[in-house]
Amino acid sequence: MAETVETQTAGLSAPHVLEYPYTRSVGPVIGRFLGGLRDRKIEGIRTKDGRVLVPPAEYDPVTSEALSEFVEVGQAGVVKTWAWVSEPRPKHPLDRPFAWALIQLDGADTALLHAIDAGDESKMSTGMRVQVRWREETVGMITDIECFEPEAAS
Amino acid sequence: MREVAVVSFAQAPNVRRDTEHNEVEILSPVVREAMERSGIPKADIGFTCSGSSDYLAGQPFSFVTALDAVGAWPPIRESHVEMDGAWALYEAWVRLQHGDIDSALVYAYGKSSPGDIREILSLQLDPYYLAPLWPDAVDVAALQARALLDATDFTERDFAAVAARNRSNAKSNPNSQLAGDFDADELLSSDYLVSPLRKHDCPPISDGAAVIVMAAGDLARDVCERPAWISGIDHRIEAHGLGVRDLTTSPSTTLAAEKAGMNGNIDIAELHAPFTHQELILREALGLSESVSINPSGGALAANPVMVTGLIRIGEAAQRLIDGDAKTALAHATSGPCLQQNLVCMMRAA
Repeated sequence: MAETVETQTAGLSAPHVLEYPYTRSVGPVIGRFLGGLRDRKIEGIRTKDGRVLVPPAEYDPVTSEALSEFVEVGQAGVVKTWAWVSEPRPKHPLDRPFAWALIQLDGADTALLHAIDAGDESKMSTGMRVQVRWREETVGMITDIECFEPEAAS
Repeated sequence: MREVAVVSFAQAPNVRRDTEHNEVEILSPVVREAMERSGIPKADIGFTCSGSSDYLAGQPFSFVTALDAVGAWPPIRESHVEMDGAWALYEAWVRLQHGDIDSALVYAYGKSSPGDIREILSLQLDPYYLAPLWPDAVDVAALQARALLDATDFTERDFAAVAARNRSNAKSNPNSQLAGDFDADELLSSDYLVSPLRKHDCPPISDGAAVIVMAAGDLARDVCERPAWISGIDHRIEAHGLGVRDLTTSPSTTLAAEKAGMNGNIDIAELHAPFTHQELILREALGLSESVSINPSGGALAANPVMVTGLIRIGEAAQRLIDGDAKTALAHATSGPCLQQNLVCMMRAA
């Protein structure tokens, strides 16, 4: 009985895969940033009032001025806010519980969104320091940063 | 500015998964209902504008198919925004300012159920810096929620209280999906979905559609006893990068409200806040006092048909003016991650 009802209300369905196979050009600023990642280097861009945007933008988000002065920043920084994912989804960058975070790298004035491999939620706090973990093979994508990890005690 | 009003509103019941009807079939009876209530013959409608997303339909140019619900023969003047229907209403309002037409039909539709809505919303993020990492809609909202907890005195219990109040309000809304009496402390005992957000902090997944008919000046007075006059409407956007913004405030909402001519004198506010903490941010940004009735419909936490939710806020607020239950109303709609873009529509009776 339950099965009959289920069949009647479920309707017809079929799998459908949708793709938009466009190729995009990344331009002079994002392109240089991604190229830097391939060389294991993180570059931001300086605004006229002296702030360093990481990740860099082609235009100042406040004044809309075109930007071009690149600045290399540190590979460690401070967690500005974070969220704990106890059950990662298939497309997430890590296959075990991890944190998303906005991370302000040393020398930067804005924050970069990435994952932190911290092991357990109790290890996370706003203001904690984290450092980059590079992927073994870098190709010029944001995923060249495999994730961040709590900074090693020095 | 030319006087323009909402003269009728209709919506489909919001449901978790409508497997029986396609978008046109969901939309058709809602269009008919709104047209009948407006008293304006369909052939007299001067402009038609819709809001929807191909990413939900899984089909390029899906909005063209949806025109079957309104009928495009003989030819009509028509436009579409790949945004929430609230922005389609904005375009229709601008079009009515031209002065050569007197009425407009605005509709929005969306089925969130066929795909994975959390992942689909990842695709609205920056394609180079964010999308390859696949942070989803709940993930980025959780980053904003933590920032708010860190920066203010708000607690997770305040978030739960927002959920409980909206779901309680939704009891009087026959089209809502999540309604009932919930205790904030009991809600708090549930597990995190993405910490610091629990399931009740997030919107339900909904399929739905909504339609609004607008009319200008004397036509609005002729067809409607109490038109919901739009006294001001404006929308503003914030910086593209999540890490550039102060996620704990909504300056674009404040600015849009100022440009829309908001003053403190409001009976009701319908806020498009899909996540509980976002209602708290919006209340601050709009400076809403305790006397304002917020989301009498139950808001986005009671039903969230993506691409429709914002238009429903305008419709729910307008309906209360049309019914004579309120004199002044504010409706808000949002688009993008973490309240990136915000629209404010101020309405008054008479």
